[in-house]
Amino acid sequence: MGLTFKQAYAKIGAVLVGIIIAIALFGPLFAPHTFDEFIDMPNAPRSDQLLLGADYLGRDVWSRFLFGGRTIIGLSFVSTLLGVGLGLLIGLFAASAQSRTDSLIMRMNDILLAFPQIVFVLLVVSGFGTSIFLIAITVGFTHAPRTARIIRAAAAEVMERDFIKAAVAVGEKRQRIILSELLPNVTSPLLVEFGLRMTYSIGLVAAVSFLGLGLQPPAADWGLMINENRGSMTVQPWAVLTPIFAIAIFTIGINFITDSFAKVAIGIDRKGKE
Amino acid sequence: MSVVQVQGLDVSITRGGIKIVEAISFEIKPGEILGLVGESGSGKTTVSMSLLGHTRKGAVIESGSIIIDGHQIVGSTETELRALRGGTIAYVPQDPGTALNPGLRIAKQILESLEKHHPEQDHETHMARVREILTEVALPSDADFLKRYPHQLSGGQQQRVAIAIAFACRPKVIVCDEPTTGLDVTTQSRVLSTIRELCREHGVAALYVSHDLAVVSELADKVAVMYAGKIVESGNRDEIFFHSSHPYTRRLIRALPDIGGRNQIVGISGYAPMPWERPTGCAFAPRCEDAQPICSEQAPIVTVQSPTHSLACHRHQDATSIVPTRRIDRDFVTGPDAEFLLSINSLNGFYGSRQVLFDTNIHIEAGECVALVGESGSGKTTLSRCIGGLHEDYQGEVNFFGSTLGKHANSRKKEQRRDIQYIFQSPYASINPRRPIGATIARQLELFYGLKGDEARDRINELLDLVSLPHAIVTSFPDQLSGGERQRVAIARALAAKPKLIVCDEITSALDVSVQASVIETLKQLQETTKVGLLFVTHNLALTRTIADRVAVMRKGTIVEYGGIDSVFNNPKAEYTGRLLAHTPSLK
Repeated sequence: MGLTFKQAYAKIGAVLVGIIIAIALFGPLFAPHTFDEFIDMPNAPRSDQLLLGADYLGRDVWSRFLFGGRTIIGLSFVSTLLGVGLGLLIGLFAASAQSRTDSLIMRMNDILLAFPQIVFVLLVVSGFGTSIFLIAITVGFTHAPRTARIIRAAAAEVMERDFIKAAVAVGEKRQRIILSELLPNVTSPLLVEFGLRMTYSIGLVAAVSFLGLGLQPPAADWGLMINENRGSMTVQPWAVLTPIFAIAIFTIGINFITDSFAKVAIGIDRKGKE
Repeated sequence: MSVVQVQGLDVSITRGGIKIVEAISFEIKPGEILGLVGESGSGKTTVSMSLLGHTRKGAVIESGSIIIDGHQIVGSTETELRALRGGTIAYVPQDPGTALNPGLRIAKQILESLEKHHPEQDHETHMARVREILTEVALPSDADFLKRYPHQLSGGQQQRVAIAIAFACRPKVIVCDEPTTGLDVTTQSRVLSTIRELCREHGVAALYVSHDLAVVSELADKVAVMYAGKIVESGNRDEIFFHSSHPYTRRLIRALPDIGGRNQIVGISGYAPMPWERPTGCAFAPRCEDAQPICSEQAPIVTVQSPTHSLACHRHQDATSIVPTRRIDRDFVTGPDAEFLLSINSLNGFYGSRQVLFDTNIHIEAGECVALVGESGSGKTTLSRCIGGLHEDYQGEVNFFGSTLGKHANSRKKEQRRDIQYIFQSPYASINPRRPIGATIARQLELFYGLKGDEARDRINELLDLVSLPHAIVTSFPDQLSGGERQRVAIARALAAKPKLIVCDEITSALDVSVQASVIETLKQLQETTKVGLLFVTHNLALTRTIADRVAVMRKGTIVEYGGIDSVFNNPKAEYTGRLLAHTPSLK
């Protein structure tokens, strides 16, 4: 962890992610208008009063941008946490199980893997309605089999190491082997996986909103904003570009951090300092 | 006229950075073999690679000169070097399993360098040379063998193919980097005699890099001992092994187990420093018993003892000849009604449908050390895993204190799991890297004795004293420790359970000799004080002689000989035991 943030890329990543999270969390406090106030002509250009102009209904783009980050980032975070957590459990359980149980779990996992994530999410959301919780759970659920695969591979390698055999030989319970021998040794791939899945979550949540199945108008949401204003992009590009930039910067920032994690993880067992 | 002349060679990690090796000078004449010995991290591989004009990624040859057969290597371009490599100077790698191309046939791999260096000759001449060199390394040269791929050969055959490739173009100089590590003794002995004969017959100068002093003493004409990036002593074979004046060399020799008789091996405390942690003054001073204040202030200069013998030590004048190692004659006497700690009765072990252990019987008494020796693949680890409850696929009986043990550790009683402790081969893999040392040992105390808090802490300190580790180590993580320290932690963890039997599976094979000796010392003391029974699994016969009371020799899953250590070693009954003993290198 300490080593990760010594790398320049990790620092840049942390700053980028920090900025976007700060906007999402504290943005509404600094918004000059509410997100659903009509204050100008539709698609009004930038001016002294309107930092980024008005959107297709004449609402302040800057205010809507400041309000619109909370849901997308919150949703992504919650769904990633759910999905990676579930995947971690499945992966660790499979890796430490007998080979037959392991195969059974992983083949069932493979069936779930065959569903494209976005198709699955759209299927559920269009079938059961557009609740925020449902989106979070569904997006998370699609992450689980993918995470499970990565974690199982990492954990299976750890299972072969002698310190696990040492724990088996003194009669440690399986639960304890999973929690105190296996889990601490897969934290690096786990963190990398969390970062990667987080970027996927943002993409998915934004896509669902963009397709109109996420948050419903008049709510402010970056994904929704892109969809609503894409028709007038030529006259008022800021209403589309601002949320796109924010999502891009957040994703890139997380990728920087994850890459640095991965780099440290590769060298984690290297001896001494160089 | 020497065909290899190295003068004042310095290699650094980066240009102007920390030096990996410093002021290296030596010469090798045609037909001569120079043994370069040292423990891990001493820089011997760096020196050997620089002879080929090669450095590890990022490292640079800072200064000095390397002249190979009249060619200056330092400062040569990559093209010039490529013309020399394989032709004038050749290399025999450590692990032929990874050095040979798995996708090419044997003939093709040997042909490659011939075609590169002798494009003027036709294919028939090349093929004739391939057959000739294969015969010289004692491999078949028929069409069938030439068509084989590396994976169809045994480890020893692969290594001889690698030697054949090196000798194919009749090089002037050959560099061997521990070419017999990982080979069994009988195979090792064949590979060594191949190298020796080829060098003698064709007048090839060889640099033989190894950590194994016994091997070097059998092979080399001259020896250079490296420590912390410098040559600390060099001389001809007898001068180094029998009239050495440098404390480090003398201590190394004292740490070496001898197959000829039971001797007391003495380890060197501490470990060789990494390039970035080398002290000022003499690098060996912190571990040296004879160190004086001047040793840690000022680096010693090289003094000449004889035309061939020189060393770098402040105290060479006070040096006496090698302290003879103490013989301990302690043959284990079995009482008439001795109770066996562990009895293995007609055990047959399997891996699926393949049988790997055939009707094995072993008995261990309290306070006794039984060695289980055999070459790789002989089934000795499988047998020890059966005892440890880690291998279930067997028939027969493992009897501990009169009751039959369950096959899996989980099916055994808690007391049984406590009384039998298993120490693994590699200390790098057997300790959880994400947990501090203290917690690793504490878990064992909590599990078996319910000890927590202050009580546990006192007991941990006691255990650390037993294995001579500092108390402060409890907060360290395994990667902050050297291999020897880690293996001591593994021993401490086993001792925490107060076991009656410890199964030691090749526990010193990943360690340097000096560290191996101190780990063995620790174990022997423990055995005397706690009367713990030891099953010592190893492929090292010399080590067996030092530690064991009884020995079981294993071959292809069968115990071919079982008896008291001295009677087996002095008077082997089985032909196989005799062969193993004859091929084990020793200093004599």
